[in-house]
Amino acid sequence: MSIYNPPEGWLQAPKGPERLWIGLALIWCIVMSLAMPYWHFYGKQNASGESYRVSAVDYGTRVRQFVEANTVGEASGIPIVEIPPGGDGYLLARMWSFYPVIKMKMGQTYRLHISSMDLQHGFSLQPLNMNFQVLPGYDHVLTITPTSTGVFPIICNEFCGIGHHMMTGRIIVE
Amino acid sequence: MASAVESLPILGNHPTDQVRACDTTTLPVCLTAQKFIKLHAVAAVVFLLIGGIAALTLGLTRWPAVHLLDAQWYYRLLTLHGLNMLIFWILNFEIAVLYFASTVLLNTRLASKSAAWVGLVMMTVGAIMVDAAIFGGKSDVLMTSYVPLKASPWFYLGIILVAVGTLVGVINYFATIYIAKRDQTYKGSVPLVVFGATAAAIIAVVTLLHGAVVMIPTLLWSMGIIENIDPAWYRITWWGLGHMSQQVNVCAMVSIWYLLGTLTVGSKPLNQAVCRGAFVLYILFINVASAHHLLVDPGTGSVWKIWNTSYAMYLAVLASMIHGFTVPASIEVAMRKKGFNRGLFGWLANAPWSNPGFSGFFLSLVIFGFGGGITGVTLGTQQINIMAHNTLRIPGHFHVTVVGGTTLAFMAITYYIVPLIFQKDFYAKALCRIQPYLFGGGITLMALGMSFAGSYGVPRRHWDIEFTGGLFATGFDAGAHVMLGIMGVGAVIAFLGLLLYCLLVVAAVFFGRPVEGKPMEAWNEEPRGQIDAEEVDEHKTPGTLVIVFVFLTAFAVYYFANWMWLSDLWEVR
Ligand code: HEM
Ligand SMILES: [Cu+2]
Repeated sequence: MSIYNPPEGWLQAPKGPERLWIGLALIWCIVMSLAMPYWHFYGKQNASGESYRVSAVDYGTRVRQFVEANTVGEASGIPIVEIPPGGDGYLLARMWSFYPVIKMKMGQTYRLHISSMDLQHGFSLQPLNMNFQVLPGYDHVLTITPTSTGVFPIICNEFCGIGHHMMTGRIIVE
Repeated sequence: MASAVESLPILGNHPTDQVRACDTTTLPVCLTAQKFIKLHAVAAVVFLLIGGIAALTLGLTRWPAVHLLDAQWYYRLLTLHGLNMLIFWILNFEIAVLYFASTVLLNTRLASKSAAWVGLVMMTVGAIMVDAAIFGGKSDVLMTSYVPLKASPWFYLGIILVAVGTLVGVINYFATIYIAKRDQTYKGSVPLVVFGATAAAIIAVVTLLHGAVVMIPTLLWSMGIIENIDPAWYRITWWGLGHMSQQVNVCAMVSIWYLLGTLTVGSKPLNQAVCRGAFVLYILFINVASAHHLLVDPGTGSVWKIWNTSYAMYLAVLASMIHGFTVPASIEVAMRKKGFNRGLFGWLANAPWSNPGFSGFFLSLVIFGFGGGITGVTLGTQQINIMAHNTLRIPGHFHVTVVGGTTLAFMAITYYIVPLIFQKDFYAKALCRIQPYLFGGGITLMALGMSFAGSYGVPRRHWDIEFTGGLFATGFDAGAHVMLGIMGVGAVIAFLGLLLYCLLVVAAVFFGRPVEGKPMEAWNEEPRGQIDAEEVDEHKTPGTLVIVFVFLTAFAVYYFANWMWLSDLWEVR
């Protein structure tokens, strides 16, 4: 009984089905553990967390330079900025918008930087449902290759105050 | 009553007028401990009700067709719900469980009455402080209070008080075990339930220390004494509190599974060494840095994330899978011994399903394993988390662990605590019998709705999925709306189950008929099988084997399906 002191000699190896199950469960745990390093090397979707410390002021400057050099249009009063293939793009998150609209080409690889000017935010790319955390003070770099074309909404999925639900952005892929 | 005490096998260390013998189990009950078990249990139910009322409004807000609250009240009540449920309800109940396990099962008095008062008062004052700060309106920061979101200092101070108060209770638990050992009130090793509770208590200490490390600087920061708190540091340390405390809940829940197995069908652990070993795995392999909340964060790299996700081998998951076998297997053996030895599942079909202690416990086991376990390990896989982080898949997962699992197990044990510790009789026993089904069913439905809506990308903690007022028109597939409707219906059913529980408990505790001096009226007739108790091989549990194989298959299918979906996404490094 689980509420009484166990009889003497309770320390025994498992037998029968119990032993079978422990063995199977252990194998399954090992399989799941190995899946992650496997995918790290051979899979195409990883969150490596590449990031650098950055102050809000410095990051703002980089975003401004990026926008000035690469603007190709405008949507809802926000510049559309095309990242040069293989180049660095800067996305700024703040209460309650993503700035600017990012344009990319399918099949090209980009370094997309994301940081926040104020609170923590979430970068959630729809309808793909790819999600990354955005922190103030950290430049989070995603080395990203779009594999489909279209207009992709970005929504914020970390609570950032009363206007959180209005915080949206765009990525355009051609 | 005194005579009953004298007839006990060992007298323990109780002062003579401070103990009674349980009229049902003959176990000795320390009257001081009994008082604090009652007080913490009552406090727990009050916080559950507060959190539950908030839950109903949240469910009705996230259901787009209803969209009940405005944005400010949604976030305010979400903050209230998270804290009252996850912290105040759960911790108060756990302290009650710890006081019970140490004193009653080890036949000892509670180590310190004054420490118990200090712990209780700190927890209660802290909780009231937090709730007042939330309703005061300057603390809409959600349970996690991620910096630099700033709440009023009272909010953080309240949380610190609750954490330290809990720590006092946990230390009182260890002190009680110590005096039991010193006074030799028990022989040999401690019972399994005490072993499990001790695992919970050990993890709780580590957890609560993380809480102090993160909350004290944050309090000073909110008062303007400290300039800056690093958000990445905050997240790592906060989740040292937030995630590890879930391992405390798992330990407490599993201990209650074993306890209820014994109380309802007289089961006994098949192999004590295996069960205890699994508890030790929990202590050794909890995720120290709680990595799986930071899997898509900046600030930590792949190696750190992958290592901390599995500690190389997922041994804490192994522990849960072991309990997931030994708990039903012990029920199977016990029921077969009672004569239900026919077929694969005769033992299960004839189990006392009308006993809320049994149904609540078994539903908790199934919901936790099939729902919470499978989703938790999958969503917490480093790369798969890209598709899950901060979507509704996450609350979809934890409402079948800490709610459908832990909370339901706590509800189930209440059907024994009230008659045995409060010595009061329940009213409306028929309603008691359906309560676990109502709550378990509702929560499962809600969690399914949340999980599927989350798969469409619907975020958690989000007031308006139409994004009204946003710069860019954005929205979700019609399928997501259907799922949110299912979530809403589940939330209403679960709320009814929760409300029923609170009403039944309050009615019994405050207005129930006292049942002192006689054995508890059993919830069900003693199950008697067709065959007379013949020799049952304790190592033959074919029914349980089938259940766990189905479980493993479901697990593997869900796990690999998620890898497949992941491979369809854009490439990212
Ligand atoms: C009737 C029962 C319950 C219902 C209907 C319910 C419903 C909900 C809903 C709708 C949300 C909001 C999800 C979102 O919009 O992001 C939520 C969040 C949450 N619930 Fe529950 N819940 C219930 C019971 C519980 C219990 C018993 C616990 C803990 C023991 C709990 C813990 C939480 C936590 C930790 C959150 C997240 C808060 C946050 O995001 O800050 N819930 N619940
Ligand atoms: Cu935001």
